[in-house]
Amino acid sequence: MAKELWKGNEAIAEAAVKAGCKYFFGYPITPQNEIPEYMSARLPQVGGCFLQAESEVAAINMVYGAAGSGARVMTSSSSPGISLKQEGITYIAGAELPCVIVNIVRGGPGLGGIQPAQSDYFQSTKGGGHGDYRLVVLAPSSVQEAVDLVQEAFDIADQYRNPVLVLGDGMIGQMMEPVEFTEVKKRKLPEKTWATVGTGGKREHNVINSLFIDPAECEKHNFRLFEKYKEIEKNETRVETYNLEGAEIVFVAYGTTSRIAKNAINSLAKEGIKAGLIRPITLWPYPHEAIEEAAAQASVKAFLSVEMSMGQMVEDVRLAVNGKKPVHFYGRTGGMVPTPKGIVEEAKKILGGAK
Amino acid sequence: MGKVTFDENKCKGCELCTTVCPVKIVVMDKDRINVKGYHPATVKEMDKCTGCASCARICPDVVIRVER
Amino acid sequence: MAVVFEKTKGLTDKPFHYCPGCTHGIIHRLVAEVLEELNLVEKAIGVAPVGCAVFAYDYFNCDMQEAAHGRAPAAATGIKRVNPDCAVFTYQGDGDLASIGAAEIVHAAMRGEKITTIFVNNAIYGMTGGQMAPTTLVGQKATTAPFGRQEDHAGMPLRVSEMLATIPKAVFVERVSVHDVKHIVQAKKAIKKAFQAQMEGKGFTLVEVLSTCPTNWGKTPVEALKWLEENMIPYYPLGNFRNTEEVK
Repeated sequence: MAKELWKGNEAIAEAAVKAGCKYFFGYPITPQNEIPEYMSARLPQVGGCFLQAESEVAAINMVYGAAGSGARVMTSSSSPGISLKQEGITYIAGAELPCVIVNIVRGGPGLGGIQPAQSDYFQSTKGGGHGDYRLVVLAPSSVQEAVDLVQEAFDIADQYRNPVLVLGDGMIGQMMEPVEFTEVKKRKLPEKTWATVGTGGKREHNVINSLFIDPAECEKHNFRLFEKYKEIEKNETRVETYNLEGAEIVFVAYGTTSRIAKNAINSLAKEGIKAGLIRPITLWPYPHEAIEEAAAQASVKAFLSVEMSMGQMVEDVRLAVNGKKPVHFYGRTGGMVPTPKGIVEEAKKILGGAK
Repeated sequence: MGKVTFDENKCKGCELCTTVCPVKIVVMDKDRINVKGYHPATVKEMDKCTGCASCARICPDVVIRVER
Repeated sequence: MAVVFEKTKGLTDKPFHYCPGCTHGIIHRLVAEVLEELNLVEKAIGVAPVGCAVFAYDYFNCDMQEAAHGRAPAAATGIKRVNPDCAVFTYQGDGDLASIGAAEIVHAAMRGEKITTIFVNNAIYGMTGGQMAPTTLVGQKATTAPFGRQEDHAGMPLRVSEMLATIPKAVFVERVSVHDVKHIVQAKKAIKKAFQAQMEGKGFTLVEVLSTCPTNWGKTPVEALKWLEENMIPYYPLGNFRNTEEVK
């Protein structure tokens, strides 16, 4: 199959359709509007249903209804809209429903800005919504990777009956890159016998619910959810490492920022400074092990978390490093994008101080 | 002509049924309490029952079964 | 002797948790009876609200979803779009539908979602202990309106049926009451017509059912029926506000 040039948002939408997503409910917000726009034209072509909901709140609840009926369903938004969806997301997680949520992150907080950011890390991985639950969070760093991860997201969601968040940013959404739509390896998935489709007189009625008013039952339910999350941690953690052998400083970065970090690594190499990269691909489950291993590496003097935020993932890096080596943070935010030069200078400062 | 059966332990003593009987035979049985602690609704003069099912229709707890 | 009235198969065997005399019990039964009579129980999917009827998923003998507060019409939209041949209904109170859910119900009606909404209006918030609702009458006391609802402070109550009846794709909108047997029979007829219109694919249907809340009104169940008749009906007139296809 030939490579084609695709805009990130549109590629994400097409990837969902290729994965069998037939229902999309969303609302306009910059910089992800191409996703609902693309779906509005594409879904009728495959016998699916697109609806522009009255709000992001309504959209996530439509997702809940459709997911509860066993459909492959997606919504997308950007930071403020994802804030609106939080209640609906915890209901979906609590009711153990599969769905895919795409966040094309923009500057915040509040109305913020429309340029790319990574300031929704806490929102995505540490709750965002109330209650004990986890979202599987996938962080693509290119349009191609977004296409592959979106397709897998539906399978992951169905396999574990859990919502999956694809965390992009305004750059991934807006840029155009060559993409090949290949068939992602299909997983063996159980039948959705729990879905509300009408009993047909053949079985007891199904109930989709997250209410457990008896505290003993509610606790049991939470234990069940966490058994599931342990499975996901075991099976789905994904990370890419680059140039770690003999590295003096290890960058930890995800999404588009990781590409800028790679650039910085190559620049530093020209100056004889060895830098490496750990790129989490799943932000939850977080690849602690890769970071722990690097922290134990003798050559490594320091870690530098590079993010388009005021420092959110850096806390998880610190947790994983567990005091073995110093952990630093470098970031730009509000829609500003770090430059390779900025990262290089920060790395030199850190290593200069460390010497 | 009519016969009503009360699933007494479901009755919550709300008395709505006593207000709609056209022959005024539905009463709260003050001599007993049911498992919930309420005086259950009952009919003592069943021979007067017309089987109209008004009591059953206004009962919020589906306590009453009507035959005619 | 033939049985002329017994419990419908549209209800499970679970006893209702509602307060003595609460009209939720009557309304649940009417909906379940209609579903059984129209042969829809096996293809019904209901959406329970947040409110006293939050456990409705235990009482209706069909597939059910519990929705977030006010969002039942959105969940129902998702359900009906996935299951267009199913009888999809929402069952909502006045807080759920007319307060937090005001946008969702309007837009479900706007889109003409082929669902049936049973709107239980008892002019108060039941489950949470008697706060003012958008439907609380002027002068009526509530825990968040201890001096009675004041028109110049909190405005006047919402007449949902009249409002929604202005929406072109709301094809059947009727307000009924369950305060006596005659009205209970009429209420059931309206509910039946609403479901029929849905199954004929006509559009959005809603039945507003005036109901009592003896506990939070501070009245006995029998007194509460009287209060409804004397105070609610004058402000919330009964009748059909929209029947575009003259569903018979």
